[in-house]
This record gives sequence, C-alpha cells and structure tokens, in this order.
Amino acid sequence: MADRGPLPGRRSWSLSRRERMPALAFGASILASIGLAIVYWQGGQTQAEGVLLAIVLGGIGVGLAGVAQRFLPPGPDEEPRPPVPSTEEEVAAFVADFEHGGEGLARRGFLVKLMVGAVGALGLAALFPIRSLGPRPGRGLKETPYRPGIRVVTEDGEPVRADQVAVDGVLTVFPEGHTEAADSPTLLIRLAPGRNNPREGRSGWAISAPNGDLVAYSKLCTHMACPVGLYQAAEGLLLCPCHQSTFDVPNHARPVFGPATRSLPQLPLGVDGDGYVIAEGDFSDPVGPGFWDRGR
Amino acid sequence: MATPAREPTGIPPRSLTGRLLRWADKRLGAAKLVRTALDKVFPDHWSFLLGEIALYSFVILIGTGVFLTFFFEPSADVVVYDGSHGPLRGVEMSQAFRSVLDISFDVRAGLVMRQAHHWAALLFLASITAHLFRVWFTGAYRRPRELNWIIGLTMMLLSIVNGFFGYSLLDDQLSGSGLRIAYSVVLSIPLAGTWLVSLVFGGEFPGPDLLTRFYVLHILIVPALIAVLVTLHLAILLRHKHTQYPGPGRREDNVVGERLWPTYMAKAVAVLFVTAAVVFLLGGVAQINPVWTFGPFRPGDVSSASQPDWYMGWLDGILRIAPAWELRAFGFEIPNPFFFAVLLPGLIFGALFLAPFIEERFTKDRAEHHLLDRPRDHPRRTAIAVASLAFYLVLLGAASGDVISLRFGLSVNTVIWLFRIACFAVPAAAAWITVKLCRELQARDAGGRIVPAVEEMPKEPATPAG
Repeated sequence: MADRGPLPGRRSWSLSRRERMPALAFGASILASIGLAIVYWQGGQTQAEGVLLAIVLGGIGVGLAGVAQRFLPPGPDEEPRPPVPSTEEEVAAFVADFEHGGEGLARRGFLVKLMVGAVGALGLAALFPIRSLGPRPGRGLKETPYRPGIRVVTEDGEPVRADQVAVDGVLTVFPEGHTEAADSPTLLIRLAPGRNNPREGRSGWAISAPNGDLVAYSKLCTHMACPVGLYQAAEGLLLCPCHQSTFDVPNHARPVFGPATRSLPQLPLGVDGDGYVIAEGDFSDPVGPGFWDRGR
Repeated sequence: MATPAREPTGIPPRSLTGRLLRWADKRLGAAKLVRTALDKVFPDHWSFLLGEIALYSFVILIGTGVFLTFFFEPSADVVVYDGSHGPLRGVEMSQAFRSVLDISFDVRAGLVMRQAHHWAALLFLASITAHLFRVWFTGAYRRPRELNWIIGLTMMLLSIVNGFFGYSLLDDQLSGSGLRIAYSVVLSIPLAGTWLVSLVFGGEFPGPDLLTRFYVLHILIVPALIAVLVTLHLAILLRHKHTQYPGPGRREDNVVGERLWPTYMAKAVAVLFVTAAVVFLLGGVAQINPVWTFGPFRPGDVSSASQPDWYMGWLDGILRIAPAWELRAFGFEIPNPFFFAVLLPGLIFGALFLAPFIEERFTKDRAEHHLLDRPRDHPRRTAIAVASLAFYLVLLGAASGDVISLRFGLSVNTVIWLFRIACFAVPAAAAWITVKLCRELQARDAGGRIVPAVEEMPKEPATPAG
C-alpha cells in the first residue's frame, strides 16, 4: 500500500526499486512511439515498424503486468458458486407465466395457424433470391471451348507448329481466343517414337511424326483440378503438385498413384493447312474433378 | 464463504471518479450491477490464458483487417501493374492482386499490417486449437459447459473457413490453387454439388462474383457471427464462473482467484498488449505469404510444393494420403473428394461436437463439474485426446509429403505410404503410451504403490439433473 503513490515530500520522478521495471517499460514504450511516428513520417520501413510497434505495445503490456503484480491487491479472493440450475419453484413459476401468456392464443387456433403459414410463406419466398446467385448448371461443366478445327495457342496467344515440341518436351496450350478459360489448359507432350500406347479407338488422336507422337491431355487433375505441371519425361509420368496424383502419359494418361481415379481427358489433335496444331473436337471426357452426374 | 467485500470508502464523494459515476448512475442505475461484475473472481492458471489469447488475436485481426479494407479492392477486373515492385511491372493481373501489391510496397506501414493480419490469423487458430485441447484434457466440457463447447467448436470452424477466405482474396497463384480445390470439394457433393458451386461461385470456376462474395463473407458476415458467438461464449462463462484446478480451499461450490477489478483486468489487458506486440514483431520481421513471388493467378500455371496455411493442412493431408476410391453406377458417381474432404471431416467434427454427450453416456456422470480433472486421473479420455492430437499432427505432416520426399530423397510414393501407415499406427501407439504414462503418474501420486487405476467414474454422487 505504501507504494501506491509518491510519498509526501518525495519528488514524483524519483522511483522506488519496485517501480523501476514498470517505469522502464512504459518509458521504452513512449520512446518507441515517438520513433514509430518518425519512421512513418520518413516514408516507412517494414522491419523498423514491426520492431517499434512491438516495443510500443510490449512496453505497455509488460509495464501493466509489472504494476498488477507489484502494486495491485493480490489474490486469492473467493466467491461462492451456487449450482447452475434454478430451483423447481422458479422453473414452475416461469412455465406458469409463459403459458399464461399463451392461453389467449390457444383459443384462436385458426389465427395461429394462419400466422405460422404467413411466416412460413415468407420463408419460402425468401429462398427464391438464392436462385439468383448463379446460373443453372448446364453443359458447362462437361464442355470446354475446344471445337473441331480450333487452333491451339500458347498462353501468349501464339499458334503452335507440330514440330515445335521436341521429344519429351511439354507445352501448355489453350484454344485460340480462350487463354483465360479456366477449364481449357492443355498439355502438348511429345512421346518418343513407339512409346505412345493409345486407348482403343483413339489411335488417330495423336500427331505422328518421325520423332514421335504429339499427344494432348487436359492439364487439370481429375482429382481436384490442380494443374498437373510436373512431367518426369524418363518415366512418362505427370505428377500433380497438390495431392501427388500421378498419371502415366504413354498409357493414355491413366492414374497410377495418388487419389485421382480417372485418366486425364484426351484432346484429339490434327494439323491445319498452314501446319499449325488444331483440335479435332472437344476433350474425350469432362475435364477436372468428378461430380455426381458427370457420366450422364 | 466469500471474503468480506471491501468497505465502500474508496471514492470520496467529491472526487472526479465519484462525480462521473454519480452522473452515469443517475441515468443508468448500474452501480450495483457493475460493482458485482467488477468483483467477479477469476482463477489464475497459465492454461486459462489460451482462450484469452484467442480473444485478443480476434481483436488484433479486426484492427489490422479494418486497416486493410481501406486499401484492398475485391475486383477481378484485369489491369496492368505499374507499381513500384519492378519484377512484376507490365504484368496483367486482377485489381485485387494489384491492390495487395500496393499494400505491400506502396502503402506506408501496409506490409507490416498485412503480415501482422496473417500472423494474427495463425495465432488465432493456434490458440483456439490449444484452448480446445486444454478443455478436452481437463474435462472442462462436462455438464454444465456442453453448450460452450459447442459454441467454441462452431467458432473454430468459422475461423478456419474465414482464414481460407482471407488468403483466397489475394488472387495470387497459390490462393488460386486453393480456391480450385475448394470448388472441387463442393462440386463433389452428390446431387447438390453442381448447384452449390454455381450458387457459391456465381458460375463455373473461377466464377465472376467470387472475390466480391468472399470479401463480404470474410470482412462482415463471418466476423459478425464470430463476434456474436464470442459474446455468448463469455456470457455463459460469466454465468458458470470459470472452472478451476483442484487445490487447497477449492471446491465445486466456490471459485478462488483474483477479482476482475483491478488485478485480473490489469493482467488481462497486459496479455492483450503483449499478444499484439508479438504479432506486430512477427509482422515486421518474419515474412509471410510473399505473394509477389507467387505472381497473379493463371489457370494453367502451377506452383510446386504448394501448401495451405497450417490450420487447413490436416484436411490437405487427408486428401494426399486418401486411396483412389469412388463409387460409380449408371453414369452417376460419388467422387473421391466427397468421402475424404466432406464426409470424413464432417464425421470428425461431428464426433467433436458430441464429445461431452458421448463421454456422459459412457461414464454415466451427470453431475455438475466446476473442478477440472487432472489428465492423468482419466487415462481413457486423455488417451483419446492424445491419439486425436497425434492423428491431427500426422495429417499435418502428410500435407508436406512432397517437401519431405524432396528433402530426404525418398520417392513420393514411399512417403505417402509411410503416412498412410502412420495415420493409424501413431495414434494407436500414442494412446497406448498415454495410458501407461497416466497409470505410472497415478502410482507415483499414490506414493509409489501400484493401486487399482482411478477410472473415470465420478467420486461424488450424481446430483439430480435440473
């Protein structure tokens, strides 16, 4: 109690030993605040701001903790803790009061039903605006902008020549005019001669050349649509960086490891009159992750 | 019995405090109520700080978040960057991403606020998680506190979701991948999935309205819900009065500690300031989420070793080690992510929500509890909590499977198989060791004699349910 304030006759800035720590903390905080203002005024510097803010706030915190520990009344104090539940009488009185208020309503059953109906109808009507939040899911999930004859282009919009991709090379392409389409990223991969083992009925989907087959698969993982960007050319494996699904490109990009269950959809390729790579149609399957009616 | 209240002689009638209080009391009549509130006793223990730190992190999140809203633009419109970060000048990006670069490089104190906001979010989730395990280990969720357990878990879920919204708004390459995964998870829900993604994202991925919607959710709706639930959480805490550890003079029908005014409040405010100091120190000197190195989101690009924030990590871990199962029939299917990203987390959180009731069913203990259990005295509960923690940590590790395989030169397949085994073996081993350890500690408490284990049966007769 003697430390609560300056003693009479003692100058207010002379500190007792117990006052020293909090005083130092508060003082540091004041100085750091001034420093913070200067740093900000001078154009700011992230690290200095962080350190100074820490001193400003930490000084107040530490000082306050010191004051609390040294000069404020210490515990332990004790308080009774009555049981949580109300007594039987209190509950009974409440129930009686509550039901008393409802008696008038009970005799107007039809009105009450109408009122409930009105509120319910309002609730149903309020559901309709939810419908405006998005369009009806249509064919969009099963189609991409690829059409027969559309050129494939790089991210910069440049058309691609078939001989542009070397053996074991990989190139990310899009349908021309749709380089921002999130469902369209496609991988062009050149497999060494004789390595491509196409699925039945898709033997003509690759562009064959003396230096190997050029194949195209959706770049979107069939698990969660992460772009499958890591190609290990030696094994012909495409690895998804998100959940490590692995696809065997020479064997029609079937999943060989990880959580993906389906092959990457294949894009049928061709070459137009000017020697540029075109799509001969849309992907073999809906791209990206599964959904309940994907196969319908 | 209560310690005698202090004599009301502290304030001379003509002091400033006295006059101010009289002015207010003539209008509010709150002197008695406030005095009761200020006299409330709070028990003191370091583990009770965890929830407090969560509360203060929330305060810091709101403060730094308000600052960020002044400069952030939630717009997907494409612009060409011409700010002061040289390497990205001339690059096309969304307005959202540009405004994040501006906050980081051109707004004074912007980067320190942005990084402090992110660090505060991590600390928020960390302290919530630690608080949850404190409550679990000490059995604090038993009657009468089941409702507060449920409210707390709800806040945790909301916080996880809001953290995800938060780092998705930046529209960088990494957050784009995260959004795409979230989209795929929602899409996988049978029957409703295709409609749900359309309504949530406003159309097919990425969805035209995504940023504005997530922005409103992130800065208004979810924080408002959390604020309401925090208020309820604290109101219920005040009604029950805080639990306390057993000790001399501590009983079920009292609470021993410090009065709110002034000592406890001074310490609490001190913790608020120290928490803020730590957050801003990290925000200043510890770089976090340097989006300018990831670049803006492009649908075809990818970043390897992409990982979510730690509190989402366990969900990502599940997906990485999940086997490639799915159900298909008649052209319909239940895709793989539904089982492991919707159903399994749903079951885990469902079990957590019901934990107090499940325990009550097994122990038949329906008494009110205000004294906390020591974890060693309840080996089964402690073992389940430790096993859950171990399971959680294994999944968190699995989310770094690709990084681990690179660092240790193992094949990705090997690492994932190790985690598949570990997610069963480690929790089982942890539970077994915990039970052994608890029994050992109990024996030591009993003076070295091996006594029949204290199991989780209540000592006191069950009071009639109210």
